[in-house]
Amino acid sequence: MAILEVRDVSMFFGGLAALSKVTFDVEKGEILALIGPNGAGKTTLFNCVNGFYKPSIGRVEFKGETVSGLKPHQICARGMGRTFQVVKPLQRMNVFDNVLASAFLRNPARAKAEKVVEEVLLFTGLWEDREIISKGLPLGKRKRLEIARALATQPELLLLDESFAGLNPAELDVSIEIIKSIKKMGITIMIIEHHMKVIMSISDRIVVLNYGQKIAEGTPAQIGHNPQVVEAYLGEAADA
Amino acid sequence: MKRTAPYLVLAALVLLPLMQYSPVLRLGSDWMHVIIMAIMWTVTGMAWNLLGGYCGQVSFGHAAFFGMGSYCAALMTFHFQASPWWGFLVSIPATAAIAMIMGFLVLRLRGPYFVLATLAIGEVMRITFENLVDLTNGTKGITIVRDWVDKTPYYCIILGLAVGTYLLIKRMIGSKWGYYFVAVREDQDAAESLGIDTTRYKTIALVVSAILTGLAGAFYTVYMGYIDPQVVFSLGDISILIIMVVMVGGVATFWGPAVGAVIMIALSEYIRTIPYLGTAYQTFFGILLIVIIIYLPNGLVGDYRKLAKLFTRKTPGAA
Repeated sequence: MAILEVRDVSMFFGGLAALSKVTFDVEKGEILALIGPNGAGKTTLFNCVNGFYKPSIGRVEFKGETVSGLKPHQICARGMGRTFQVVKPLQRMNVFDNVLASAFLRNPARAKAEKVVEEVLLFTGLWEDREIISKGLPLGKRKRLEIARALATQPELLLLDESFAGLNPAELDVSIEIIKSIKKMGITIMIIEHHMKVIMSISDRIVVLNYGQKIAEGTPAQIGHNPQVVEAYLGEAADA
Repeated sequence: MKRTAPYLVLAALVLLPLMQYSPVLRLGSDWMHVIIMAIMWTVTGMAWNLLGGYCGQVSFGHAAFFGMGSYCAALMTFHFQASPWWGFLVSIPATAAIAMIMGFLVLRLRGPYFVLATLAIGEVMRITFENLVDLTNGTKGITIVRDWVDKTPYYCIILGLAVGTYLLIKRMIGSKWGYYFVAVREDQDAAESLGIDTTRYKTIALVVSAILTGLAGAFYTVYMGYIDPQVVFSLGDISILIIMVVMVGGVATFWGPAVGAVIMIALSEYIRTIPYLGTAYQTFFGILLIVIIIYLPNGLVGDYRKLAKLFTRKTPGAA
């Protein structure tokens, strides 16, 4: 069953088509990766899905309900969390309060919200850092804080925008494990990623964008051998 | 110590009026006036701090709410021959309505645009009240009869308002609302995507801030007995003084507005008594603000904590 349906979504900025007629589904419980060269429209697509942009044409359906045109906070309340490529922590708040601010969405009572924060921080391995002001966290942990905050809104679908970019190999392994556990919790994930090793190992299906158009969709194995994708994005390195 | 501090301060403030009757260190009514003004500015400072400090929406137009509250009290007498004290009640819906209209117009703006819009609205209110002569008696202002010559009842009322404001804000900041306000301040896009209706919470902060400022304005009328638009809608003496109070005391701290108000009011009363230089008191405020921004960007209360932490950290090393 599809949890998210993207239907003929086009997004124009003036005369520029950042997305044109993109259509695909995200199935419940899977990890769907969105890949493509820089400027292909991946983040624009996320912004259309989570409500920062209203698609110029087309629509997005979440759990069978049209959400394009709603505001991001309304879409979040319906069960969609997201992280940002350029991390946006609440800088002068500590890690615990950052996550608490999002946990209030489903748990208005403070005691219960704090319980959720504790769970999420233990899960993402940030519990030890809970009292650090988020401005002072290293990048790897700030990326994880983004994930923790999104998880605290208790989403059914999680949009991860380059949560692995700039991580060192050790941090990378931690984050991969976290993503896999999130999937085991039954949360559907759509992820934008450039790191092919990560993509090939965690994703169930891949959608490839190039110049705002979907050029391929399929399992990692299919995508790795798709000549169009190899030409546009993967290059010869994919064979190595 | 930290837990008892608010009670100690409160006890001192409750006992303070008795000093008027004490044989030693007799507190004159001029001093009572300074203290009452300091507490009134504490209330407006706390109100501004809710919107500007916690929610991050810096307003240069709080005189709009202060003046609105003042006129609510004055107009009750001027038009209806009613007690100006009704102004406290009337000011609540009146300032809330102004805040909601203002919010609808300007809360979609961000950063400097928001600041400029609030500045404009404060000035628009002043000019409007100056020119609606039939309604407001224009620049001639309104005089009302004060109820008491003694300052003690006024002191008790403004102290009650200050304590109420403190408790209300403390409660709000510790709850979900407080976290939402700060989330909006730190990053609006992130707040939106975490399910926070940023427009709604900015409006809440604005309305609560406006109501509290309006109550202080109503108090100003019943206490001073005379208001005109240039006084209560003043850009320099109201809108900017509120910001000064919070900046000097400490933005987004509970005690900052109180500390800032005491310093600013004491300073302005003192400087005004200096011959020749007295009329230039705003110049001194300007210099003070520059010094504060450079050396204590978080205000006296905000940076006091930093100093204290530094101190406690050094002690074990020294021992």
